[in-house]
Amino acid sequence: MARAFKPAVITANDLLEGDVVYLTADCGWTGDIEEAFVAAEEEVARRMLATAESQHSRVVGAYLAEVSVGSDGRPSPVHFREAFRTRGPSNYFHGKQAEV
Amino acid sequence: MYRYNDFDHDFVRTRVDQFRSQVERRLDGSLTEDEFKPLRLMNGLYLQLHAYMLRIAVPYGTLNGRQMRQFAYIADTWDKGYGHFTTRQNIQFNWPKLKDVPEILDALADVEMHAIQTSGNCIRNVTADHFAGAAADEVEDPRPTAELLRQWSTDHPEFQFLPRKFKIAVSGASEDRAVTRAHDIGLVLKRDDQGNPGYEVIVGGGLGRTPMVGKTIREFLPKADLLPYLEAILQVYNLNGRRDNKYKARIKITVHENGIDKIRAQVEEVFARNRDVFTGPPADLLADIEAAFEPPEFDNTRSATLEEALNSDAILRSFVDTNVAEHKNPAYGIVTVSLKPVGGTPGDATSDQMRVLADLAERYSHDELRVSHEQNIILPHVRRADIPAVHAALREAGLATANIGLVSDIIACPGMDYCALATARSIPVAQEISQRFDELKLEQDIGPLKIKISGCINACGHHHVGHIGILGLDRAGVENYQITLGGDGTETTAIGERVGPGFSAEAIVPAIETVVNTYLAERESPEETFLQAYRRLGAAPFKAALYPDQGVKSHAA
Repeated sequence: MARAFKPAVITANDLLEGDVVYLTADCGWTGDIEEAFVAAEEEVARRMLATAESQHSRVVGAYLAEVSVGSDGRPSPVHFREAFRTRGPSNYFHGKQAEV
Repeated sequence: MYRYNDFDHDFVRTRVDQFRSQVERRLDGSLTEDEFKPLRLMNGLYLQLHAYMLRIAVPYGTLNGRQMRQFAYIADTWDKGYGHFTTRQNIQFNWPKLKDVPEILDALADVEMHAIQTSGNCIRNVTADHFAGAAADEVEDPRPTAELLRQWSTDHPEFQFLPRKFKIAVSGASEDRAVTRAHDIGLVLKRDDQGNPGYEVIVGGGLGRTPMVGKTIREFLPKADLLPYLEAILQVYNLNGRRDNKYKARIKITVHENGIDKIRAQVEEVFARNRDVFTGPPADLLADIEAAFEPPEFDNTRSATLEEALNSDAILRSFVDTNVAEHKNPAYGIVTVSLKPVGGTPGDATSDQMRVLADLAERYSHDELRVSHEQNIILPHVRRADIPAVHAALREAGLATANIGLVSDIIACPGMDYCALATARSIPVAQEISQRFDELKLEQDIGPLKIKISGCINACGHHHVGHIGILGLDRAGVENYQITLGGDGTETTAIGERVGPGFSAEAIVPAIETVVNTYLAERESPEETFLQAYRRLGAAPFKAALYPDQGVKSHAA
């Protein structure tokens, strides 16, 4: 049986900076997962991923990352790898955590 | 030290210019990522979890003050003020921007350095004993051989597209500090009965998914035959090596599946043909290279300065006991500078620290530095009389941790704090272990103990050959750490044995403490090292301590 689809965001790395980015509802990119577009259905996710992949001059390596959606509607990562990607490394205060 | 010739200079500059043009094409949209990726990887540029990463080759781990100072300049100008020294004797910068990378490569070319062949299925940076040219137990300096191999393998037309990456290590001493038996090819310089120089050739070692101890394919290979013989090994591998499955493509699998005897017979057959028609670098090139590695002029004046200082300075005494190794010249010592301060990231140095190391190399170590695969920096030729001054300067720079070979001298790969391939983090585990044993004040009592941590099965952290190895995995969406015991990366290489089910991120450091406490309780005397005790006792007492309730399954992830 096919695995049930779980809500997901489309994430990639920025071509110039290498930074982690997320696709927004208007097909732009944001560094903040909370501003990301959440695909609730598989078909939508597939379409948005194709859109992301077509932007190969902006981003690298787009893929779907599962999220849970809070009562406020904002997504947060499910897997620890994705949680690290929203912050940066744990040994130095570098990356996203330092930009906020 | 070996200096580039005009060919080397032109070659590296041309490669930088080529890459600059490719980056421009990527940025203006002419190249897709699929098209660009192989080009950037061939120039050492990876895309990691949070940013790009540039891996720079430090050939056989040897560099001079000017080169180290250039790393500091790169760290300050285009990165975040630090660099990470790796288990491949390389340096990595974790935060470069794509558009800046050609500039960085130009800055490297200014000091005869580059990032070529630090990725891809080619012959990678050749590594060597980090005490090369200095160690008291050395038969012969392995670096001329490593440099010869660098010249032979760089841009070699046949070996740019091997079934998989290929790593060669060279040692020239009785103690194997280069982990030669865990490389695709390991070379150990030796003499035959008549005193002629040559090599023991080891093949098919490797860590990763399927760890293997290398096997001796030739007990003694005369020096002049080195390149035709290695070319024969590479040719046999290139023809027999599997290309259907990435995980079975390394030469260790080729040797394992065919058997060493069959591979040896094939290699000898190809070698016999190659030998007379070999068109690679001529054998006399090695003599020229050897001349470039003539030892510096040592000052043999003996002095009591160090001995007097040791009597009044316990901190210096501890440093000398732990971090200074015997030099071939009795008036000198080999100083290992630990990049493992308590709670620090193994292998990291700030730009300020790099400049201090450059200054010390120029002033006190005949302008030589080494990067060790254990992620420390070596000042190979320090007059014993200068050690107090060197130690004082290191202390001021936060570089005087006296822990070489002890529990906190941990190898750790970047793990999931940086690496896109990682399945769990490594660095925080290393940080916590060093903090915990610092609190316990047990480090000196425990004695020699090598802990090595990898954040995935690829084993960049050499966990299989750690006395205690830690492997970080993803178990159902949670970080989980497996422990192996009894590994050894020296001339008595052994692959560590997994003790049982893994531990959570919270439980792994207490588990390591349990292993160490078991050793302390079971050892016959303080002279019996952890590894000796493990070899005598086997895994049983450690398992019993780690999984006391036999219902081992309750711990299972």
